[in-house]
Formats: sequence, C-alpha cells, structure tokens
Amino acid sequence: MELIKEGAASMAQSRHRPDSPPLLHAIGITKLFGSFKANDGIDLAIRPGEIHALLGENGAGKSTLVKILYGVLQPTEGRILWKGQPVGIPNPSTARKLGVGMVFQHFSLFEALTVVENIALALSDRKSRSALAREIETISLEYGLPLNPCSVIADLSVGERQRVEIVRCLLQNPELIIMDEPTSVLTPQEADDLFVTLDRLTARGCAVLYISHRLEEVKRICHHATILRHGKVVSECDPQKETAAKLATMMVGVEVRKLSSDLPPPQNTRTRLSVQNLSMPQPHPFAVALSNITLEVKAGEVMGIAGIAGNGQGELFDALSGERPCHAANSVSIDGKPCGDMGVTARRRMGAAFVPEERLGHGAVPRMRLSDNVLLTRHATGDGLLRGGVLNPDAARELSDRVSRSFDVRKGTPDPEAGSLSGGNLQKFVIGREIDRQPGVLVVSQPTWGVDAGAAAIIRQALIDLARSGSAILVISQDLDEVLEIADHVAVISKGHLSPSRPTSGLTREEIGLLMGGMGEPHSADRGTAYAG
Amino acid sequence: MTTLMLEGILLTIITAATPLLFASIGELVTERSGVLNLGVEGMMAMGAVVGFAVAHSTGNIALGVVGAIVAGMAMAALFGVVTLIFVANQVASGLALTLFGLGLSGLIGDAFVGVPGAGLARVSIPGLSDLPVVGLLFRLDPLTYLAVAITIAVSWFLFRMRGGLILRAVGDSHVSAHALGYSVIRVRFMAVLFGGACAGLAGAYLSLVYTPQWTQAMTAGRGWIALALVVFATWLPGRVVIGALLFGGVSILQLHAQALGVGVPSQFLSALPYLTTIVVLVIISRNRALVRANTPAALGQSFVPDR
Repeated sequence: MELIKEGAASMAQSRHRPDSPPLLHAIGITKLFGSFKANDGIDLAIRPGEIHALLGENGAGKSTLVKILYGVLQPTEGRILWKGQPVGIPNPSTARKLGVGMVFQHFSLFEALTVVENIALALSDRKSRSALAREIETISLEYGLPLNPCSVIADLSVGERQRVEIVRCLLQNPELIIMDEPTSVLTPQEADDLFVTLDRLTARGCAVLYISHRLEEVKRICHHATILRHGKVVSECDPQKETAAKLATMMVGVEVRKLSSDLPPPQNTRTRLSVQNLSMPQPHPFAVALSNITLEVKAGEVMGIAGIAGNGQGELFDALSGERPCHAANSVSIDGKPCGDMGVTARRRMGAAFVPEERLGHGAVPRMRLSDNVLLTRHATGDGLLRGGVLNPDAARELSDRVSRSFDVRKGTPDPEAGSLSGGNLQKFVIGREIDRQPGVLVVSQPTWGVDAGAAAIIRQALIDLARSGSAILVISQDLDEVLEIADHVAVISKGHLSPSRPTSGLTREEIGLLMGGMGEPHSADRGTAYAG
Repeated sequence: MTTLMLEGILLTIITAATPLLFASIGELVTERSGVLNLGVEGMMAMGAVVGFAVAHSTGNIALGVVGAIVAGMAMAALFGVVTLIFVANQVASGLALTLFGLGLSGLIGDAFVGVPGAGLARVSIPGLSDLPVVGLLFRLDPLTYLAVAITIAVSWFLFRMRGGLILRAVGDSHVSAHALGYSVIRVRFMAVLFGGACAGLAGAYLSLVYTPQWTQAMTAGRGWIALALVVFATWLPGRVVIGALLFGGVSILQLHAQALGVGVPSQFLSALPYLTTIVVLVIISRNRALVRANTPAALGQSFVPDR
C-alpha cells in the first residue's frame, strides 16, 4: 500500500519532458509489406528519463515500428540513431546489447518453463541458475515486483507474467524499455503498481516507450506523445495538456461518437437469462472450476461481468453458451425454460446468441468466406439459409452483406475470407452477425478486445441499443472502463466465484478493483444466492 | 531355470530394446523442438541397409555404423528441407519419408538379400563382467553402451544445459523464441538431424547386431513403436527407457511362452507387447499436469518468420 501512495504522490505533480538530446532517434522509418505501407516515413525521438507514449488505432503501425526498433523486423528505408550514432539493429539480441528492452503485449513467455528458465533464455551471459534466481529476487524487491523464481509460468496470473517480462527486461540493464499495452491485462491496483515501477525507472534515467490506447492512463503518466495514423506521424503533443477526446480524435482522424443510452434501463421487466447455483469442475488442470454461480439478467438491461483474465470467464462463457453443458438443466434458464444440459444450437433456437472471446478460430473460421461464417451460427435459427437441408448461398451472402452494411464492416472484396479482415472489422462482423438476429439473450465475451476506438464505439452502442429494444445482454469483459460505460449492473468474477451484482451507478473503479483482486470472494459463496439486483 | 538361460533371456530383452531406445530418443529430441517426424521407420530402414552395405563392402563394421548414421541424417535433412524451409505439412511429409525410405532401402538392399553378415563383437568391461547375473550388463555390444550413453546425455542436455533449454523453448512457443532472437528453423533443423542420426543407429543395430543380415522391411514396424513410446513416455527420456525395455521384454517373453506351448492363442501373445507397453505407459502418465507440462506445445506446427 505504501508503494501505491508514493506513486500517487509523484503522479500528482505535473510532468516535464526532460530537456536532453535524444537517446534513440528514428528518422524516416518506412516499412513495406508487399505494396502495403505499414510505416511511412516515421520520425521518433525518445529522450532519456521520459515516458514517451506511442498512440494510434489498431493497424496504425505501432507494432511494426516497435518491432523495427527491437530488431524483430528490418525497415525498408530509414535509419536509427542511438545516442547520436547511426546503428543497425538486425536482431533482438543486438537491440538488447545496445540497451533496448521490450515487454511484449502478447507475452513472449514459455508456459512450460519456470521463471528462471524464461529469464535465462533472454540473457546472453551464462550464469548459473541459482545465481540468476538470487539476482531475480534482488531486482524484484528493488522495483516492487514480487516473484518466485521457481514457479512454472502456466501457474501464474497475467499480472505475475507481466512482472516476469519486466524483471527479464530489467536484468539486461536497459536504457530504453518498450512496453506494448502493458496495462490491458491488469487490475487498476496492479496498474498503479506498474506506474510506480515506471517512475523508479525514469528516475534513474531510463526511457520508456509506452504503447497504449487507454488515453486517461497516457495523460496521467506520459511526458510526451507521438500519434500515428495509417503508418504516419500525425501529431506530437504533451498528453497532459490535451483532453482524452482530443487525443482520440487525433488517433482516429474523425471525432469518436459518444455513447448514448438516454433511455434508462426499463424497470420490473421479466428475467430473460437466469443462472442458479451453477457449479462446474475444472475441465483441465490449468482451468478454473465454477462454484455456485447465480445471476439474473432482465429484459432491457446490460449486465457486465468484470474480472482479471483467467478467473473463470472462459469457463462461464462455455457453460452459458452450452459449449460445455452441465448436468443440472435448471442451472441455466433462457426465458424461464431450463436449458443447462442443452447444446449451443438448442440454446440458439430458444432465442439466445453467443459471441466468444477469440474472434479468429472460435468466433469465425479464418479460411472461410464471410458468407460461410454466417452459416455457422445462423443455420438452425430459421433465417432461410437452408432449403430442404441444402445450403442457400444467395441467402447467406445477402445476410452477410446486410451485417456488413449495418455495422460498417470494411473489406477489400465483396465476400473475403474472415482471416483477411482487420481485428476491428472482423469483431464488428462477428457481433453484427448475432445482433442482426435480434436475439432475446446475448452473451458476449470481450466485445472490444484489441479493437480500435471507432469500432469499439460502434459495437458498444449496438449492444446498448439491442438491450433497450428488450433483450437481455451479458458482457464478460476485462476492460473495466467498458463495463462501467455500458453495463447497468456489474458483478465480478474471481477464482470461479461470482460476486453479487450491483448497479453500476455509484460504483467506483477502486471498489470493483478490490473485488477483481479477490477481496470480495469470501462473501460470494454465502451471499451468492442473495441476488438483489 | 538355469542362470545361463535367465542370462540368455535378459540379453535378448536388452538387444530387443536397444533399437527402440535409439529411435525413440532421437524422435524425442526432434519432438521436443516442436517437429513431428513420422518418418522414423523409413530412416531406420535406410540406416539398416546402408549400414549393412558399407560394413559388407568395406569389411569394417564401425564404418558401417557411420554409414548408417549418415544415411539417417540424409533422410532427416530431406525431411527438414521440405517441412522447415518449404513449410510443407509435417504429417504428410513424414508419412512420405517412411514410404520413400522403405522403398529405397529395398532397392539398395536387393543385392544383399541372403548375404551373411558379420555381427558386431561384444565388449567385456574387465572386472565388472565377471559379476554374477549383473555381469551380463557389462558384456554387451558397443552400440548398446552407446544407446545408454546417448540417453543420459540427452537427458542432461535437455534439462541441465542452455542448449536444451533453448530447444524446449522453441518447442513450447516458436513465436516467443523468435521474438527473443533465437533461430527457430536452425534449432529445429539440428534436432531433426539428431533424430535422423539416432534412427540410422537404430537401423544399424538391426542389420549389424540384432540379426546380422539384410532382409527387406526388416524394421518390422519398430519405427512406429518408437513414435508411440515417445508420446506415452510423455517426452521424458527416463520413461522412454522403461517403455523400450518393457516392449522388448514382453516381446521376448511371449516368444518363450509360445515355445513352451502356453494355452493362449498365439495371436494374443503376439499382441501382448503392444498391449502391455501401452497400458503401463498410460498408467504412469496419468498425472495430467505432468503430461501438459512436458508436451511440446508447438508440436507439429510450422513456423514462418514474419519478415
């Protein structure tokens, strides 16, 4: 707790960009993938001791630029100066030798190996494992990143995994640390701890290149921001002097629509989705068992389930969608009819629809066309996609076009393969495919994960609109801002337990954060049935 | 049963187990790097025929063994080029390698069918080989010692050395390994070559020690058994030894049982080695956490670096 206070204190002061010559200066970086310009003449100067934000929508070229700086990709054109000297960075180990470290967005850890083994793999000098383990403990104490060097990665929480990444990075004594979306997987408290660590780093003169699309966070901790759009630098600014809306506008290029839910959630409506004392054993050793989950979603409302990744969200989704039916039919009811033991298609026929977390491979088949993907969830729900058991490709194409039109799905050809769409566009398509049916119950997991601000606004608005038209919507999300923005009620899932739900209005981020960290969990077992709404 | 007879049985069990041990330990290393090479049977057949041919034409058995290793590695290199560099499907390429190896070995070996070969002499370790019963463990052929040495070395390499850590990392997540700057393709190619060398040795053992002659398709499915052993042994070298001895042991014992005229259908007895090995290894690999921790997560997945 002391750490958090210290961090809060230092953050209260306004931040000044240190006035020194750049540590790393990238000049005119261009990267071509075929004929596509992922980076187009990018200039970027990072000074020692600053937290430099790199902002941009998905596909703006942030990841490509960062991979070039870390030596994973080679630029087609352009040069890089390190402390004023031109350098080539042909591979990551050269980058590490220069003093560039990287904490990846999708963790680059090896699940089956221990913390020490993972860290040893990133270090070029060969010291003994026990010496390394001691060094890890020293560093992790120094920066407030507690870690057990002997744990296997598969057993660690996402926050702990990130600590491993950061400690691994710090052991190489970097002068520049690149962080790709570091807080997207953390609770607010864990994020605060991270900011304290970052402050300690910059106090020692280390520079941080910070990639995020959480603008409030960037405003709070960054000294300087470079904004990319379509592979080009469109602006540089001091994020503390701009509003979040202004930053978003610079990123997207047009003003981002504000969400409107003018209609309050209807009162005293019937319950459309009900879960009673749902318990499920773990399907495999690294999964989470669900214990005694009870929740109700009424017509016209959006219910949000917050929680840190890996606390049973996936298992809950599988139980609700029927991907993993349970034995007790009564544990899940749709519109009052028990369906806990039924499969996905049977539940769809009852008017429910489901959007899983992974859009590629689970929500859509990457190598199939959009019109074929439409068939996968809509074949049995009376949309005329089948004629006497035979597929009706024209109807499927028409449906896919309708979804694309109403959700502004941008695609290169009329009916492309799902895998060729960008993340945001595919997510709009996958959600639009279900909303197009006007389902009575919609369960959706991570609706805007890794989706840019423009697409996220469209998706969230569509969810609210569907609820207000009389459907019951359950949103499982790790993005707390999203839950607070669209949900009428919130419950928190922690280690397979679900807290009682509470109205969103009047709830603070800190309260939810504490629940996410498992503080509310002991109560959930005995209060689980006392749903009051 | 006399001690002599017991020793004889034990000896045949060890000789039956050795080729399986060679082939599985090689495949284990290959699979730990994330590559599934189903061509073990074909590489073994090539090792057997080249080993016999070289030993017969030069009169030097050691040269024959070297020839077998080279033949196994050449086959593995072919597989590596096709699957790692041209990114072909590993399952299909492995099956093709087996068919190719069996066919080509038959063609090369045509001239050697029925030619009597000289077996590899046993080596006695002075002092130890005179001990009662256990002494026989020190009166084996040099290739068996080599198989044991390779197993220990592989175990040490995988779990105690940096190179082994890199190999396991590549097999666990090639994307992460690449992001850290390791050459996934190079590591995998070397692992595939090692697997080929071991399969070649397994073949040489068959045609130079086990039955010192060449007959077509003399590998008789041992390559497939080796593949299964790796999976059931949950990619742990120690368990591969158990599996190989078990399979070798039961296949020899059932022969003796058939000779003694036990009142059990001979078909059942012939199937017994397969059944016992599978049952025992399934039982010892019931710990699912252990299986999950040791299964190479990237097994069979092709890797294409994005540059």
